[in-house]
Amino acid sequence: MKAVLALGDGTILHGLGFGAEAEQVGELVFNTSMMGYQEALTDPSYGGQILLMTYPLIGNYGINPTDHESGLIHARGFVVRELSADAEHRDSGLTADSFLKEHGIPGIHGIDTRFLVRHIREKGVMPAIIAASKNDSAIDPKKLLAKLASPDSFNYSKTDFVSLASTKHVRVFGEGGKKRVAMIDYGAKMGIVRELVARGCEVHLLPCHSTAEEVKAVGPDGILLSNGPGDPAILKDAHSIIRALGGYKPMFGICLGHQLIGHAFGGDTYKLKFGHRGSNHAVLDVKSGRSFVTTQNHGFAVGKIPEGFELTQVNANDTSVEGMRNDAKGIFSVQYHPEASPGPHDTRFLFDEFVKMM
Amino acid sequence: MGKQKVLVIGSGPIVIGQSAEFDYSGTQCCRALREEGTEVVLVNSNPATIQTDKDTADIVYIEPLTADVLEKIIEREKPDAIIATMGGQTGLNLAMELHHKGILKKHDVKFLGTDAEAIETAESRERFNRLMEKIKVPILPGAVVKDIQSAERFAGSNGYPVIIRPSFTLGGTGGGTAYDKEELRKIMELALRLSATGEALVEKSVIGWGEFEYEVVRDSFGNAAIICNMENIDPMGVHTGESIVVAPSQTLSDRDHQTLRDASLKIVHAIGIQGGCNVQLAMNQETGEFVVIEVNPRLSRSSALASKATGYPIARVATKIALGHSLPKIKNAITCTSAAFEPALDYAVVKIPRWPFDKFPKTSRTIGTQMKSTGEVMAIGRTFQEALNKAIRSLETKIPKSIEPDEHLFPPTDLRIFALLEALRRGRTTEELHQRTKINRWFLRRLEAMVRLEKRISQEKMTKELMLEAKRSGFSDPQIASFTRSDEASVRQLRKSFGVLPTYKIVDSCAGEFAALTPYYYSTYEHENEAIALEGRKIIVLGSGPIRIGQGIEFDYCCSQAAFALREMGLKSIMINNNPETVSTDFDSSDRLYFEPLTFEDVMNIVDNEKPEGVIVQLGGQTSINLAEPLHNAGTRVLGTPIDGIDIAEDRERFRELANKLGILQPQNGTATNEEEALEAASHIGYPVVVRPSYVIAGRAMEIVRSDEELRRYINEAVEVSQKRPVLIDKYIDNAIECEVDAVSDGQNVFIGGLMEHIEPAGVHSGDANIVLPSIRLSDTERKELVDYTEKISKSLGVVGLVNIQYVVRNGTVYILEANPRASRTVPFVSKAIGIPITKIAVRAMLGEKLPRFRPRVTHFAVKSVVFPFLKLLGTDIRLGPEMRSTGETMGIGKSFEMAYYKALLAAGIRLENGKKHSAFISLRDEDKKDMPELVKLLKKLGFTIYGTMGTVGSVEGAIAVPKIGKGRPDALELIESGEVTLVINSPRHGGAANTDGFRMRRASILSGIPCITNVSTAQELLKAMLELREKELDIRRVEEYAG
Repeated sequence: MKAVLALGDGTILHGLGFGAEAEQVGELVFNTSMMGYQEALTDPSYGGQILLMTYPLIGNYGINPTDHESGLIHARGFVVRELSADAEHRDSGLTADSFLKEHGIPGIHGIDTRFLVRHIREKGVMPAIIAASKNDSAIDPKKLLAKLASPDSFNYSKTDFVSLASTKHVRVFGEGGKKRVAMIDYGAKMGIVRELVARGCEVHLLPCHSTAEEVKAVGPDGILLSNGPGDPAILKDAHSIIRALGGYKPMFGICLGHQLIGHAFGGDTYKLKFGHRGSNHAVLDVKSGRSFVTTQNHGFAVGKIPEGFELTQVNANDTSVEGMRNDAKGIFSVQYHPEASPGPHDTRFLFDEFVKMM
Repeated sequence: MGKQKVLVIGSGPIVIGQSAEFDYSGTQCCRALREEGTEVVLVNSNPATIQTDKDTADIVYIEPLTADVLEKIIEREKPDAIIATMGGQTGLNLAMELHHKGILKKHDVKFLGTDAEAIETAESRERFNRLMEKIKVPILPGAVVKDIQSAERFAGSNGYPVIIRPSFTLGGTGGGTAYDKEELRKIMELALRLSATGEALVEKSVIGWGEFEYEVVRDSFGNAAIICNMENIDPMGVHTGESIVVAPSQTLSDRDHQTLRDASLKIVHAIGIQGGCNVQLAMNQETGEFVVIEVNPRLSRSSALASKATGYPIARVATKIALGHSLPKIKNAITCTSAAFEPALDYAVVKIPRWPFDKFPKTSRTIGTQMKSTGEVMAIGRTFQEALNKAIRSLETKIPKSIEPDEHLFPPTDLRIFALLEALRRGRTTEELHQRTKINRWFLRRLEAMVRLEKRISQEKMTKELMLEAKRSGFSDPQIASFTRSDEASVRQLRKSFGVLPTYKIVDSCAGEFAALTPYYYSTYEHENEAIALEGRKIIVLGSGPIRIGQGIEFDYCCSQAAFALREMGLKSIMINNNPETVSTDFDSSDRLYFEPLTFEDVMNIVDNEKPEGVIVQLGGQTSINLAEPLHNAGTRVLGTPIDGIDIAEDRERFRELANKLGILQPQNGTATNEEEALEAASHIGYPVVVRPSYVIAGRAMEIVRSDEELRRYINEAVEVSQKRPVLIDKYIDNAIECEVDAVSDGQNVFIGGLMEHIEPAGVHSGDANIVLPSIRLSDTERKELVDYTEKISKSLGVVGLVNIQYVVRNGTVYILEANPRASRTVPFVSKAIGIPITKIAVRAMLGEKLPRFRPRVTHFAVKSVVFPFLKLLGTDIRLGPEMRSTGETMGIGKSFEMAYYKALLAAGIRLENGKKHSAFISLRDEDKKDMPELVKLLKKLGFTIYGTMGTVGSVEGAIAVPKIGKGRPDALELIESGEVTLVINSPRHGGAANTDGFRMRRASILSGIPCITNVSTAQELLKAMLELREKELDIRRVEEYAG
């Protein structure tokens, strides 16, 4: 199968196709994790994005039934240097190729992914289109570029990916747990749920449009604002719901949840040039000077910290906001992913803290 | 408070299991310390190290690495602290010895970084196991035993196979896997004898499990990061130093990886590492079960590999941690971001060990839990196949034309990778090979893909697409040529016509996420080339590839020095090398580093990319000089001695003509292309003769032959002889002094760096000989003649840069043996002895500068001694001859020859301390027996008890004659094994087989750790030195204190 990847700035790369015979538009982003492609593909935060893995050899250990972060592939396309045709692992049920095929997602490999990374690093993330087809002549790069150029084809920052990713009805995990957590699903990774359940919590996963009253109706001991895709600035409803819930019960925000807390209480966010996506980012704790290796997946960051909040953690490289808290209101949040999956477990203790607060 | 003063211990001579990587870590450590304003005192006995350069450390001691010597240095220098973790197991053990003897406490010297308590916990199996139980990290069932019975009991209840590992030894020496009781007994006997503590660990074997390594850094605040995880392609059962290793791991899921990562972090936190640490783990990939095998609480071979594989300078960061900095505050020198991150790779790295079996044909090629390799290569590619193929060609080993797979698959040999490929070519399935070897199927399928592609290349019409696919799988032009029955030049031309050209990518530690300042590149076949040619005047330096016998760290020393010299001259240096252990491949040693194989194709591609002013080929040993001609023919400017000069030096006939023309005598010689010619030449020349194949490295397959019978055997068994591959026959000059000269020429004048004399009589390979500078037995006339000849030869060859010329002198007559217009093994030794870096002078000469006018004056003595790998490569006789066997060298410096010689031998591990009660066992071949009276006189003066065979000591008064092996009790062997003897002097008969009494005695002394000297001159000089020093203290000084 052949495939073409065309970028918004006119760059065109020809490669081999895998996964589904399909055409998809999305924002091209890169992730530097060397393992964990399955978790990344199923991470709802990649909604609306074409995912490029910087590690060149992908698919080696296949896809297993346990490491899904959601029931779907949320990434719209998959870009790798070399896809392993075979999969070798005791847990592997199918190859990455079949997995993408099952979910109708196209992939491209055999192209210079590092060139793309450097390109994005210089020019910033941009829309891209990926087309894979068995019929070589069916792909016309010029047409792909034209599609990208048309104004209504794709606008990442204007699209509400959260509503698409969120659960449509309440789901309960860890029934009978000691503490009850109301978790607002903006596109939540199952890893967060697993961490809470492992700590004896009963997790009520609520649709993203749930009102403050609906959240309170769960009778929670704490509220968790999940990760999710897209631009936090456009989720105005979420801002007001969160504001209404502030101080009601201990609140923990992760990634998009953290950014939404920023907006809800008077701060703001901005778009990073090419985001932080990987399992190796160093975060500094402002008070203790300690550092943690964290999993990250975000294209936006908190700029202005809301009043009443203190900066607790920063990115060790670009000093962007990684964590903040408001003790009076019992709110704390982090930009990175303490649930990891994939990635290091160094900051799992945040879930312990959250449980302790409840 | 004044400047903090820190003592850094190096790792001594290169031995199997401890190679150039500790010069790399030690050098980085010294630089990091000095950056912080710390004064560095560096001790190492190995002169061929950048760390012993005065530019690297403030104060340098080139002295034997023993506790006594170190105590003297501590008394003299009064350091505030010591770093124990940079000098391998040698440095670590020494620091611990100083600690246990209370010497550190007495002089108020603190541990910097990982301290004695942590080291003790990591190194003592019992303490380590207790700690692992406490923190609930699974370990292998095992027992520390002090006797064979306990080992048997353990194996009885846990089942065979079991692994035996002696405590505190290097590179798994003396260990092994026992499949039954008998093997257990055999291995245990040796293990207990070699263990420093008389203990060995017996463990349940998890042979076949996946083996993984995690390189961790942790600071004193508890911040930690995994710098690299690596996967051994050879599963458990093969020492990690013997395994083909890939980084990062390829077959672990993120869940598996995090499990092992968590365990590694838990361990380093519990031990309290402050610096770098290596954690070895095994995982049963069928079940997910895992265990920790062991940790190394120090910089290691793996940490060097991890540094080169990721671009993250572990030794530098570990040093900053030792100084008390926190990990996030330390800058990643590559990207200027924080060092607290975990590197992300966007390429695959493959490491393959380099084994010395070409030099030790009698040693078993089987690889296992004990190291036998001398060095390694690393290669980088965007696919696994690309990295593997590049690594294979970096090895510079001859791949056997025909290979019987089943002889190498299991138990594995050094040729297993080739056997796997051959098996796949013959249609064996990956599943079958997996069952046989337990190698993960993923790797086997990659090999299968390589074989499939080989077939396509040989069967299909070559197209641009196929060419690109071949290059992306790492196949070289010569490989493609062999598949298509073409030649390298045609393939190269065709490839270029397709526009299939290499691109270069940066190793940046972050997969392109941040802009990198590092000038560290590898080739691949991709879209974007990141290596835009350097601007300004630039020179390429070709490195020396993997460390092997005959081509060791000495050449890397020269290459590194060349890069420094170019920088000093304001020129840009571009290094090409593939050895991850070295200083030359450190990202800041040169202006640009290409981590690439050293073949014509790979080098020429870089030349095309960079268009340098010239290429330096004379510093990287045979590896780089071999490229001189092809590079020259391709239009590249080769700096230094012209190609024709190199050819004259290497071509016997042309060199003979030159010597004749200059009126310089050569030992009579001839060439032969078959047995008949050889016998005729030998009878004409007269026995003894030295025979060797033409064009050899470090005397490969060279022998001294004394009869027609021996010569026939040599021609028929030892070498391949043909019209194209003649055998060279030289008159062997008996009882002569062998000398050599290292010099630099600018084409006009000649700078004599050093005139050296071998302590052994001529015939011992110069790499194995003990060598003294200045000469001690030559007359002034002889010396003048040597200098005169050196000047004449250099000028006639048109030498520009370094030249090494070897001579023999007998009764006032000087004969020339050979001239090598390139850096020799002795260049670092000479540089250290005279206090002048002659490589730098050579580099300046190559770039057109005139030589310095002065002549070096040496008022002290410097002796080079050597160490041998016999303990690791059992089955090989330890006799010395014209074939080089040693792995590394030491240097002793003294105001007298005796002092220098004694220290060099002490540094090489010949421990015969003065004042102790000694006894010697002597057994000499007939022609050496004339030296007995002198030997006996010396031994008696020193108070030795003398034992020996009847034939040797029968007529010596007061000596005790011991029965031959098996002819009475205790016999010679039992006496040596009993530990009663402290020195064995045994000169082997010529051409002896491997099962003679002499061989068994030598082997027994090696196994018992008793110095065994096989050359009478070596022994006499040692005894003389002991006698001379009997009343004296060891004289320990800073290097510069010897001059003047």
